[in-house]
Amino acid sequence: MTVMLETIALEKRFGGLVAASNVALKVEKGARHALIGPNGAGKTTLINLLTGVLRPTAGRILLDERDITSLKPHSRVKLGIARTFQINQLFADLTPIETVSLAVSERLGCGKDWWRIVGRPRQVSDEVVKILENFRLVDVMHERTAILPYGKQRLLEIAVAVASAPRVLLLDEPAAGVPEDERHMILDIVAGLPPDVTVLLIEHDMDLVFQFAKFISVLVNGVLFVEGSPEAIARDERVRQVYLGEAGHG
Amino acid sequence: MSQQSLGEEVARRLVARASWHPLEILFWAAALASIYVLPGRHLILTEIAILGLFALSLDLILGYAGIVSLGQAAFFGFGAYTAGLLAKHELVSEPLLAMIVSGVAAALLGFVTSFLVLRGSDLTRIMVTLGVALVLREIANRYAWLTGGADGLQGIEINPLLGLYRFDMYGHTAYCYALGVLIVFFLLARRIVHSPFGLSLQSIKGNPLRASAVGIPINGRLVAIYTIAAGYAGIAGALLTQTTAFTSLSVLDFERSADLLLVLIIGGAGYLYGGLIGAILFKLMQDYLASLTPQYWPFWIGLLLVAIVLIGRERITSWTTPIRSLLARLDWRARRAASAVAVEGQGS
Repeated sequence: MTVMLETIALEKRFGGLVAASNVALKVEKGARHALIGPNGAGKTTLINLLTGVLRPTAGRILLDERDITSLKPHSRVKLGIARTFQINQLFADLTPIETVSLAVSERLGCGKDWWRIVGRPRQVSDEVVKILENFRLVDVMHERTAILPYGKQRLLEIAVAVASAPRVLLLDEPAAGVPEDERHMILDIVAGLPPDVTVLLIEHDMDLVFQFAKFISVLVNGVLFVEGSPEAIARDERVRQVYLGEAGHG
Repeated sequence: MSQQSLGEEVARRLVARASWHPLEILFWAAALASIYVLPGRHLILTEIAILGLFALSLDLILGYAGIVSLGQAAFFGFGAYTAGLLAKHELVSEPLLAMIVSGVAAALLGFVTSFLVLRGSDLTRIMVTLGVALVLREIANRYAWLTGGADGLQGIEINPLLGLYRFDMYGHTAYCYALGVLIVFFLLARRIVHSPFGLSLQSIKGNPLRASAVGIPINGRLVAIYTIAAGYAGIAGALLTQTTAFTSLSVLDFERSADLLLVLIIGGAGYLYGGLIGAILFKLMQDYLASLTPQYWPFWIGLLLVAIVLIGRERITSWTTPIRSLLARLDWRARRAASAVAVEGQGS
């Protein structure tokens, strides 16, 4: 199997706080890879490093063997890394159509066109429709994002990322805060992602993790603690201690 | 609904964002009618058109891209002096061409200074834009051999427009010229804000983190709109010089930038007409109140500003949002009713 996304000795410090230390993560092409760990383990920091929101203190990031460490976030999107956010990052005043069309326009290279009206060429709106249908957003596509139910916003959050047609999709707690009766929608969507898309999932919901992941990395205090198949992780005594320890403190 | 027809509907709805509202047509019809209906008021109408174009420049960056500026007079003044110098030294003697050259010059200045406003909060942007305008004003003051310094740039003679229309003392030519330029650049701005580029600006204003995560190069887009807006301000400045055959340091004054922000907030930012409506209200109030109490008219402007901000509460730039969304809803219902009728008609 080829490695799609790789970090080499990645390190991030915030003053004295070490959020990522000597992280050597390998995500294989087409992987269903989960990244778990207790609160404050540095999972979201790692996503921010991979997407370019944060600059690493040291180390390198390779996408498909290409060094992307110094690239800006939007350039990484063009190379095929897309993400969702743990806390919704959407455009409150825009509708789902407009939101998704932004991502589609950028991907098709017409996002900077100033002479064309949004909605032309038809290729853009056809793509937008396809995505809205896949994500069950057609019924609310004309509504302002701010007034959508939370579950729909969560779906839109993933839809925008998928609209960039990523090769690597980073999902940061997609099911966080979604009410129980809407959870299956998120699970179905995640399960239905195209098999050639490499997916790295951060999640606290262990049901979702074990249902989805073929490989699990455990991050503790900014360090890759242990990696392995879901079965191996479930059996691992140290992982249990980390989680039980957290529960004990909490 | 089949995917094909849904695709059409989505395309139609996206394109419909840019469709003309009846009130817009009414607005421009009234503007054109003013040429014939108010021939005695062409001087103040010219001022309003120029201020409106200037406010449009601020609306492009503040209302659409979220860049707050207290130094837009830098570009206005740069355009004004460029037009003055071009005319005085007969470098470009035809006013329309000179206006375009002045706009391009101001846009270049905008491009160079745009890199200063890319980073930072609203406060740093206010300070940086303010600083650029102050620096430019003092440069103009210092190099009096070129700019005339505190005495202003004198001895400007503006040739007939297109070699045909002489600028008259009643402002007839000036108003037709200023209004024409305003309309052309308004249409251009309208096109820009309804384009994918314009939508991406709104997304940057709404949530820069997500905007960059969908692949939008934020800095590039902000540089582009800041440059365009500087060009708009420069053209407004050039129009002022050409229609008054004079320019002075006041075009670079801090008050000009501050008044501009006031104008845009009075009219409401982010829908293009705010600057124009603000310019009309501001100039008419200035004209009317100044005739009542010449010294105290800023009192009333201040009072109005306080009232607007209190009504707007959430965001000062969008106090007109409730009114606008109401209008949009009325219009949308009308449109839906019309399309429903059309579908029925096809069915039978």
